[in-house]
Amino acid sequence: MNSRDDKVTTLDRAINLLVPDGCHLSIGGFTINRNPMAAVYEVIRQRKKELHLYAHSNGQGVDELIGGGCVKRLEIAYAGSGRFAPTCIRFRKAVENGTLEVEDYSNFQMTLRFMAGAMGVPFLPTRSGLGTDIIKKWGFSEDLRTADEKLPDRKLAIIDNPFGNWSETPKLVLVPAINPDVTIIHVQQADKRGNARIQGLTFADVEQAKAARHLIITCEELVEEEFMRQEPDRNQISFLNVDAVIHIPWGAYPTACYRHYDYDPDHLNRYRAAAADEFRYRTYLEEKVFNLKDHREFIAQTNSEQLKKLIADPETGYAKALKRSGE
Amino acid sequence: MPEKDRYKYSNREMMAIAAAREVKNGDIVFCGTGISMLAAMAAKNINAPLSTIFFETGAIDAKLEELPLAVADSRVMYKTAVNGGLAEAFATMQNRFTGSRVVGILGAAQIDIYGNLNSTAIGDYRQPDVRFSGSGGACDVASFVNRTIIFMQHEKRKFVKKLDYFTSPGWIDGPAGRKKAGLPPGGPAAVITNLGVMRFDRNSKRMYLAATYPGITSAEIQAETGFDLDSERAEEFTPPTAHELRILRERCDPQGLILKTPS
Repeated sequence: MNSRDDKVTTLDRAINLLVPDGCHLSIGGFTINRNPMAAVYEVIRQRKKELHLYAHSNGQGVDELIGGGCVKRLEIAYAGSGRFAPTCIRFRKAVENGTLEVEDYSNFQMTLRFMAGAMGVPFLPTRSGLGTDIIKKWGFSEDLRTADEKLPDRKLAIIDNPFGNWSETPKLVLVPAINPDVTIIHVQQADKRGNARIQGLTFADVEQAKAARHLIITCEELVEEEFMRQEPDRNQISFLNVDAVIHIPWGAYPTACYRHYDYDPDHLNRYRAAAADEFRYRTYLEEKVFNLKDHREFIAQTNSEQLKKLIADPETGYAKALKRSGE
Repeated sequence: MPEKDRYKYSNREMMAIAAAREVKNGDIVFCGTGISMLAAMAAKNINAPLSTIFFETGAIDAKLEELPLAVADSRVMYKTAVNGGLAEAFATMQNRFTGSRVVGILGAAQIDIYGNLNSTAIGDYRQPDVRFSGSGGACDVASFVNRTIIFMQHEKRKFVKKLDYFTSPGWIDGPAGRKKAGLPPGGPAAVITNLGVMRFDRNSKRMYLAATYPGITSAEIQAETGFDLDSERAEEFTPPTAHELRILRERCDPQGLILKTPS
């Protein structure tokens, strides 16, 4: 958090300053929607290393950060990109090759962990997962947890209900709070102080945003503060939490941004094909990330006819009758 | 066979219709990506118009003018009753007033005789031979809601005696399993595969063969199952009607995004 009136900056500077190697990072979005992709590519471009990454159900953003060699450890519920990659490909390879350490939770557990972090409590309870291996099997060893002061000593804990059988609930799972060093989300609208508005489903972005020590917001539209204050009921995040605001049209591309554009099925299919092959993936990274100056250049390079097809229909919020079948 | 019933259908169409028939008016249908979404859409358009399609991402009563390709697809956000987030969606399932009305449709890489599911890993958890996406909301749904319907490809390596990783709870180890673990009541009701429909015995909570698809024998199903499957009660499944198929193809998936692409 900072109290500057104008937090507008460049992505290059924000990532350079707020995402050091080894930091604990959380990214918003869900599978193939509203991932902060411009920021993800900038993290890869700056060759950040050894990140500890948190997400709930994230597809494209998580997979590209792993594929870009930025991630050492991952805490997640679901690494998939819907029908485009039911299991994310670089994620899968990294786990199977033993180059990525993973701790599995459920979606609700991850959501509660961010919520606990946002609320300032050490854990929150749920009934989810009792009797399963999510409770019994830990990805990170006890030694690792004890040695790393930024991790809780336990993956989670089970307690008997301290209120007896109140709510007919004999036992509870306690999941530990997450307070990332930095969270990055992409939103439809923000002003220069950082007041932000998400349209459509918020996923767990608001909890992720408020749990973090630092918050980077990328936005489709940078609007006047007066505009945001005309309908404040529609805003989810206030300037209090925000460190940096970056205006990046198409900032979630190739994932979708409701009411602005759809996901790009062609690009996601090509990505899947490239991700499956080491040589092609190297080429992909060079051509689409390392050799480009920034996201603007990536978008400028993308076929403009295809981009036009992705623009959201004003009534439905997505690109109607978009050709979405596989190659 | 009467004239109107003489047509061809695929396994996937049969599975979608079999699951759709499990949904009743008043049900809140939790669905994931792929065929489970198609089944929920088919139910809403055929046999349960008063069911509610519900996504873990926070979309309540999605209209689904077009088939979403992920539960976060912008297509789930169109003309819902409420667009929320994960926190509310899972709370709605954990809340017993609403959770007891939810039917969850799930899929997995492995299932055991009590309907417990693995969608995480094959082999050792820390060094897996094959890694899958992980629980997502599946463990939450399976923990909370009254009834789940499970889609599976019927293969011996998927119907196993012991799961490599236990991601989502079914009946755990029998009739007292969920209570012992501290979970709410409810559990898996049906397993729908490319060969037939399985249910769970009222007393033992063990899976049994309830229906075989036309042309499939219970011996063939047993051969693809890694544990003993009681087939005493097996009947022949009533195939999809022309009406069901027409709605499924023309209304739910006209582009063939799920029906015509490999899973």
